[in-house]
Amino acid sequence: MYDLKNIYYPESPEEAVRMLEADENSVLVCGGTDVLIRIREGRLAGVSLVSLNDMRELKRMERESDGTIHIGPAVTFSALSDDPLIREYLPPLGEAAGTVGGPQIRNMGTIGGNICNGATSADTASMLKALNARLVLLGSGGEREISIHDFYTGPGRTVRRREEVLTDIRVAREDYEDMYGAYIKYGKRDAMEIATLGCAVLARTDTDKTHIRDIRIAYGVAAPTPIRCFQTEEALRGRPIDAALFARLRRDVLSEVSPRSSWRASKTFRIQLVKELGERALRQALARAGVPDILKGGGGHA
Amino acid sequence: MLKIIHMNVNGKEVELAVDIRESLADTLRDRLGLTSVKKGCGVGECGACTVLVDGTSVDSCIYLTVWAEGKRVLTVEGLRSGDGGLTPIQQAFIDEAAVQCGFCTPGLIMTAVELSGTGKTYTRDELRRLISGHLCRCTGYENILNAFEKIFGKNPKT
Ligand SMILES: Cc1cc2nc3c(=O)[nH]c(=O)nc-3n(C[C@H](O)[C@H](O)[C@H](O)COP(=O)(O)OP(=O)(O)OC[C@H]3O[C@@H](n4cnc5c(N)ncnc54)[C@H](O)[C@@H]3O)c2cc1C
Ligand code: FES
Ligand code: FES
Repeated sequence: MYDLKNIYYPESPEEAVRMLEADENSVLVCGGTDVLIRIREGRLAGVSLVSLNDMRELKRMERESDGTIHIGPAVTFSALSDDPLIREYLPPLGEAAGTVGGPQIRNMGTIGGNICNGATSADTASMLKALNARLVLLGSGGEREISIHDFYTGPGRTVRRREEVLTDIRVAREDYEDMYGAYIKYGKRDAMEIATLGCAVLARTDTDKTHIRDIRIAYGVAAPTPIRCFQTEEALRGRPIDAALFARLRRDVLSEVSPRSSWRASKTFRIQLVKELGERALRQALARAGVPDILKGGGGHA
Repeated sequence: MLKIIHMNVNGKEVELAVDIRESLADTLRDRLGLTSVKKGCGVGECGACTVLVDGTSVDSCIYLTVWAEGKRVLTVEGLRSGDGGLTPIQQAFIDEAAVQCGFCTPGLIMTAVELSGTGKTYTRDELRRLISGHLCRCTGYENILNAFEKIFGKNPKT
């Protein structure tokens, strides 16, 4: 038995907001793969739940005529990886979702829960940062749309108020068109493992595939929240694709991350991973962009 | 607090009063006597409690029973081949000696049933990934993979 007081079943996100407001002791639950664990551990004992589980309105996947892609927050990781829109336009996000937990967790856990829990280790969060995702939060005063870059405030903390429901995740056309990407998760095991470090890279090359036109580098577990390396990106933009590019990436990202030691790994090891996964993810992204002979290499310059 | 819920369990419509705090694993085991559903960790890590909800595998220990309202739930007790005997995947587990203590077996069988719904075949590496939500303390997984490969392998052994 879970130590919870009550469960409410809203029919719509609007009703969920009203229920959250009416009961101060209530929190949202969607897939439950975080919330139920926290209740089990006693950290959320005695709460009431407002359940968004399986809510159709929050599972909508759509591509607008201007190219904006809408991702329903209640979409599970499995459904996301299998979704035709994701496969066609956002395969790196499907790849990131495919690294979460194991199959059953991917059938239950949702992308909305993944970012709303505020975890730096959330596997889809760094990719959504690379994609400049925008988040729509519905509260009692109506909707607000914010950038994912303004969402996280600290470990496990976000700007979302308790009574706000994430209703939409938006990715604009310029953030995915002609972009190729890769997500690499390092964990002690290949499955059922929270990331020791996660790295999401997106890259766009010029037409002859010799120069970087645009690049996005994001990490999970390299700082208290998922982060982007904007300065490194700026320094790499326009550069030729050669050994110096990767050396520069490995050097520059270090000034933007602040990994810590934890029982999973030491700070020193995480710094090594930051460099190594950054280079590997960029090589994979470039290979997918059609740059020939780019996958080998890496690890040469510590 | 009790709530009446309706679900189809192993092909039968059931209506029952459950505590809203119950996990589906508890309801299936304690109210319906379906003890093939094992509780190993209770926190989504081991897969022993895996059942299918509307054809999809979930860890029933972290799935609230109230979420199953109107859904189809399948456990090992609901499996039957055409002639009333074991299903091919169950037979493959026996033939390949994929069972030792048996605690992980029902969950793995349900994952196999989910896969059989896709009609696809898989490489051994794909199968490794597909069973990665299950922990087995006994077999070392090799015989389990042999059983899976026998049914779903790209080059099924006969
Ligand atoms: C065994 C196991 C393995 C795991 N492995 C991984 C892993 O490898 N990688 C990883 O990233 N995570 C992992 N997780 C954590 C978890 O599965 C994910 O974070 C998942 O995305 C949570 O989604 P959920 O829908 O289940 O969240 P819930 O538990 O339902 O909710 C999580 C949080 O988000 C809030 N919330 C949910 N939906 C909304 C919404 N629409 N609007 C506003 N707030 C909302 C809830 O209030 C809660 O604070 C694992 C969990 C378990 C149990
Ligand atoms: S008992 Fe449910 S996953 Fe372990
Ligand atoms: S046979 Fe004992 S846990 Fe798998």
